[in-house]
Amino acid sequence: MKNQKKYMNSYLAGVLLGLLILFSFYLTREGLGASGAYKRVVAKVEHIVVPSYIENTSSYFHKYIKDGKEPMKNRLVFMVIGAFIGGFISGGINNRLKLKVEHTPNITSKKRILFAAIGGILFGIGASFGRGCTSGAGLNGMAVMAVSGFVVVAFIFGTGYLTAWFFKKLWL
Amino acid sequence: MGPLFTGTDEWTLVISLVIGIGFGYILESAGFSSSRKLVGVFYGYDFSVIRVFFMAAVTAAIGLAYFGYLGWIDLSAIYINKFYLGSTILGGIFMGLGFIIGGFCPGTSVCAASIGKIDAIIFIGGVMIGSLIFSLAYPLYANFYTSGAKGAVTIYDMIGISKELAIFIFVVFAVITFYFTAEIQKKISEKSHKY
Repeated sequence: MKNQKKYMNSYLAGVLLGLLILFSFYLTREGLGASGAYKRVVAKVEHIVVPSYIENTSSYFHKYIKDGKEPMKNRLVFMVIGAFIGGFISGGINNRLKLKVEHTPNITSKKRILFAAIGGILFGIGASFGRGCTSGAGLNGMAVMAVSGFVVVAFIFGTGYLTAWFFKKLWL
Repeated sequence: MGPLFTGTDEWTLVISLVIGIGFGYILESAGFSSSRKLVGVFYGYDFSVIRVFFMAAVTAAIGLAYFGYLGWIDLSAIYINKFYLGSTILGGIFMGLGFIIGGFCPGTSVCAASIGKIDAIIFIGGVMIGSLIFSLAYPLYANFYTSGAKGAVTIYDMIGISKELAIFIFVVFAVITFYFTAEIQKKISEKSHKY
């Protein structure tokens, strides 16, 4: 921990991320994304465990397997694998690789884990209704000036600010 | 002229892997592998999320506009997110709750997991469970999910102004936000929130 380096300037990080989005659109016609990869993992599991369920055309994940498609053969799956590698490289360079549960001294690890799970579930449901997450629906949406991008960002942050008071014990 | 590849090209997978590496590297370098740093945006002690987020959106929006102007990219071919009034708003509300309770979003949780944050790995598991719940209960709200379809509508078409003016207003809005959030952060960090 003692050799841990400082974080990159956030404006610089933003410009770099913006250029990355630009090149992603230029090369692949789409921007960044993450939640789509998780949905595809779930679709893959459904396909293995309950194939009859997902093969039903009315099931939600049917679109990922129809016409014999492989749900994991998708750009977002590869992007998330890449993000894991990229994060690991940066963490390694900056001496931040460490197995731990991060939380304030005021709560226990157990509590943090519980709330991380609840938050994840809510986010998974939200990213489904929102047809993408903070990056796929929000960031990309704003980059192409889509109404949905601005709306989803406004509601993510708006809800966060409106409810932050109730969860301050988790963070402060 | 771009876009050079489409979703069905094998090359797209390779390119996406490389872009993903950049994505993860930038997010981790910016400190987005820490839930306590991310959530700072809601308590006023760290607005990095706002800075990175709006800076990235503004940069990409300007870049795309110039690429289009110079004829380097066919803007009619790029993907524009579709807007479904109820579903998009409900999704945003759920994601806001997920963010404040869980401390991550799907992208940042990958970076955090990659450097060994166990809470991030749990969060990822949660996102998958949430997606599973959504898919299983889908018949209950299938109509709602596709109702209020507004199509791939952009903000400048909706308001009826030029794209250039819309981007300019967005830039001004971002700069004002940067200024005020920096002022708030200065005030609040004087009260010393250490994390």
